[in-house]
Amino acid sequence: MDRDRCRGAGQCALTAPELFDQSDDDGTVVVLDEQPPVALQEQARRAAALCPNSVIRLIANPES
Amino acid sequence: MSVFSSASSSPVSLPLRRSSPFDPPAEYRQLREEEPVSRLAFPDGKVGWLLTKHQDVRALLADDRFSSDRRRVSSPVRRFPIRRDAPAMRAGSLIGMDPPEHTRYRRMLTGYFTVRRMRELAPRIEQIVSEHLDAMERGGPPADLVPAFARPIPSLVICELLGVPYEDKATFQRCTSTLLRLDASEDEISAARDELWQYMLDLVAAKRRHPDSALLGSLLQTGAADADLTDERLAGIGQLLLAAGHETTANMLALGTYALLGRPDQLCALRQDADLLDSAVEELLRYLTIVQFGTVRVAREDVEFAGQRIRAGETVVASLAAADRDPVQFPEPDELDLARPAAQHVAFGHGIHQCLGQQLARVEMKVGYSTLFRRFPRLRLAVRPDEVPMRDDMFIYGVHRLPVAW
Repeated sequence: MDRDRCRGAGQCALTAPELFDQSDDDGTVVVLDEQPPVALQEQARRAAALCPNSVIRLIANPES
Repeated sequence: MSVFSSASSSPVSLPLRRSSPFDPPAEYRQLREEEPVSRLAFPDGKVGWLLTKHQDVRALLADDRFSSDRRRVSSPVRRFPIRRDAPAMRAGSLIGMDPPEHTRYRRMLTGYFTVRRMRELAPRIEQIVSEHLDAMERGGPPADLVPAFARPIPSLVICELLGVPYEDKATFQRCTSTLLRLDASEDEISAARDELWQYMLDLVAAKRRHPDSALLGSLLQTGAADADLTDERLAGIGQLLLAAGHETTANMLALGTYALLGRPDQLCALRQDADLLDSAVEELLRYLTIVQFGTVRVAREDVEFAGQRIRAGETVVASLAAADRDPVQFPEPDELDLARPAAQHVAFGHGIHQCLGQQLARVEMKVGYSTLFRRFPRLRLAVRPDEVPMRDDMFIYGVHRLPVAW
């Protein structure tokens, strides 16, 4: 997560509400689940692709 | 040998003439296929660039080698600069700021426009929509959907959110309408800007005397430490959010309704499947991309971009409407397909300036379209399609009027 780049557009919270929320103070991203279950990984990918400031990076878990 | 190919043909002018009400001018397709980074002749005599591919538009808007400073860019449609007013009047207008100043303002405001906060507004928006549709039903048919529904709803919502008295709508709607007219003279623009500016300054002064809990009043009390919020800066913020909040969604509501009435198959699918609403809103945003002349940036330095060398000081126009019809990103781009995964559209822009109010706009559209079509299952145009007056003459595309019956 590169939070410095976040401008709070909300694409992630809209696309993957179980994984991302926004801070009430400045609207920047709050991660709800850093290791999303398989069922939500497609949502995580979509959120990363939609982020207008490339804030979200997905890292494959070597154990999975 | 230079690694850059130089755009060989003579500069084009920004395509303006549409051949159908819902499609951008046809020249954009040819440009995207043949010269996606093309030289563009601006009305002020300067020459810059026009981008028409989705990938290039997104890359430009995410590239910090380009500035949003409105004093330095050429307007793609006017002979005079986008802004050359006094610095005090530009204070707080974050659309024309670069980091780090932009970041301070954006962070201060974004908490008011989060997905969660905007969803919490849905019940109030539903109430406003229902009241207006009740009134429309009592008064008609026929009715003009623009004053009955599309214009007042976002206007009331942004007024309540900011703490601007809706009773003053005659003043601010007239001013913003002038600012968005293509044929407005520089004097008219200047007068409208002065009037709106003075209105906002008076309002901010009133809020200082009697603070309330809406956005402007709340910023007065809490935001001052961070950005040194003078009255001028607050007025600038208020002016920008008020104009952006009521003109854009209003046109999406009316133009989107017009588009759906012309596609009974799509409208029927939407009525039968409430789950289609989310993707329908994204697809309408993509298909209609109402910021019809795109958005502008200026190169801070000489820049290599998409195989071209863009010189420091040159203006680049990112055609959002052309990008959203790029077949590489959206197969069959000229088809309205409410089930399409369209969320990668750039109707709200991209990068750090991507629309602050986009989550509000989404809620307004979801509530607006779904309630309208539920309340009026037999809604139809009350004139021939070619009699609907289109906003070719305004920065924000849409319809001037939309006579309907039911």
